[in-house]
Amino acid sequence: MSNFGKIKNITIKQPLKLDCGKEISNFPLAYETYGNLNEKKDNAILIFHALTGDQFASDINPVTNKEGWWNYAVGPGKAFDTKKFFVICANVIGSCMGSYGPGTTDPLTNKPLGINFPVITINDMVNAQYKLLDHLKIEKLFAVAGGSMGGMQVLQFVSNFPNKAKVALPIACTASHSAQNIAFNELGRQAIMSDINWKDGLYDGKTFNPDKGLAVARMAAHITYLSKKGLQEKFGRNLQERSDLKFSFDADFQIESYLRYQGSVFVDRFDANSYLYITRAMDYFDLTKQHGGNLSKAFKDSKTKFFIISFTSDWLYPTSENKDIVIALNAIGADVGFIEIKTDKGHDSFLLDVPDFLSTIKNYLNATYLNINERRI
Amino acid sequence: MKEEFKVISELIDEKSRVLDVGCGDGILMEYLLKNKVVDVRGLEISKEKVKKCLSNGLAVVEGDAEYDLKQFPDLSFDYVILSQTLQAFMSPENVIKDLLRVGKKVIVTIPNFGHWKVRLDLLFKGEMPITKNLPYEWYNTPNLHMCTIQDFYNFCNNKGINIFKTISLNGQKTSKITSSNLKFKNLISELGIFLLEK
Repeated sequence: MSNFGKIKNITIKQPLKLDCGKEISNFPLAYETYGNLNEKKDNAILIFHALTGDQFASDINPVTNKEGWWNYAVGPGKAFDTKKFFVICANVIGSCMGSYGPGTTDPLTNKPLGINFPVITINDMVNAQYKLLDHLKIEKLFAVAGGSMGGMQVLQFVSNFPNKAKVALPIACTASHSAQNIAFNELGRQAIMSDINWKDGLYDGKTFNPDKGLAVARMAAHITYLSKKGLQEKFGRNLQERSDLKFSFDADFQIESYLRYQGSVFVDRFDANSYLYITRAMDYFDLTKQHGGNLSKAFKDSKTKFFIISFTSDWLYPTSENKDIVIALNAIGADVGFIEIKTDKGHDSFLLDVPDFLSTIKNYLNATYLNINERRI
Repeated sequence: MKEEFKVISELIDEKSRVLDVGCGDGILMEYLLKNKVVDVRGLEISKEKVKKCLSNGLAVVEGDAEYDLKQFPDLSFDYVILSQTLQAFMSPENVIKDLLRVGKKVIVTIPNFGHWKVRLDLLFKGEMPITKNLPYEWYNTPNLHMCTIQDFYNFCNNKGINIFKTISLNGQKTSKITSSNLKFKNLISELGIFLLEK
């Protein structure tokens, strides 16, 4: 990763009080923008990334030289049309693409902060990103959007800053991380922490890196992003470059080889401690509890228009959990749209080329932008 | 623009909150937004139609009225509209109950099974009637509970539901239905439009 010089970032000087009680200040927040802010400054969209995403939503990520994580959705003429909208995406704190995280060098020791980095929450992530909007001098956003953990940030953002965004698009997410979700995250964390190179969270990132643990964590998580039907159709029981079983523990099956590959490429771009911290933030996310058991209260001061999307084959953040958000919004008469998109691609659908999903977002954003300007709504 | 939607629109006060149950493509919602400046929401079961509505920026939620009306609080809308859908529910009685709970006023339109063409079809052909408003064969119809204007009128009376206004629609022609012309209107109306209150 030699292209870190291509990362834009700001230093947030003012102190930010974290949920854990600690205070941070003078910390970096890395971000990227796409398209142009118009004269009226009313076309800005803040996109929140998911667990392993970063600020490079579109184009080519200059650090990995791969396509941005939401390249299907963000770009000229795409769902988030950068010919019309000014798209901002920041790397969440706790992550490893230039923002303040466990990989940040501790000036006292000249080593990565590692496990000395404070435990952060979705609330902390969102509050840090709010400061970026101040820096960019954006008073009102047209929209906030994100899938999975990005969707949780959308919900937290509207709850914290009720009228900062006119439109909110939480996609394939939940208002309260379920036991099943926590269980899968714990599996990933245990894989990392059992790696001898984790060194109690203080690996140096050069000689020692818990790559094996992180790869296993990614493999396990990757299964949860796909559907049974999707896996069966793509891989079935197909063998990997062999005509018969080898009676060994090699990757006989294509699915094994695929998972091993996913694990191995992931460790090249992601930090194991970031994985621990961010999954923890997701597990701690419970917007319902934050509001005394009544999710509706999270949105009671907001006039934001909500558009919630789930996917039929997503069993990680199933339709029922997305619908709970719709129900909470309807209970307070909020302006809400909801659709469950039919697809076999599982939770990952929001990152993939799912035409119904992408075209509906595109049309919704364009129509709503026009409607708001014509003062029809 | 369907004549039915014009009649419905005239029943609604300006600037009220409206829920269109079974809003379809959102044509009525668009019409109300253009002409009445109402705050309008929709509930629709078909994914394709929900997609169309959302593509136009309409606040429509995918769902089934038989289950999903529950999520709306009591009297949370000034008007709840149910256009030509009542007959397709498993339990029209429960749906009407929920509509009256959610809306201060409820507008229900009924494709009239008492229309003379329907009666003649059955009388002379001895076959289940197929008309413009009821275009299905008996074996593939989504309409489980067909009724006549008279039936619905009786239903409201039996259940203690107040009928504020009843309008007959026959082609482009609208007229008032009263208790004295009910038998006749039940014969000539293609559609009955009811304005109800609990």
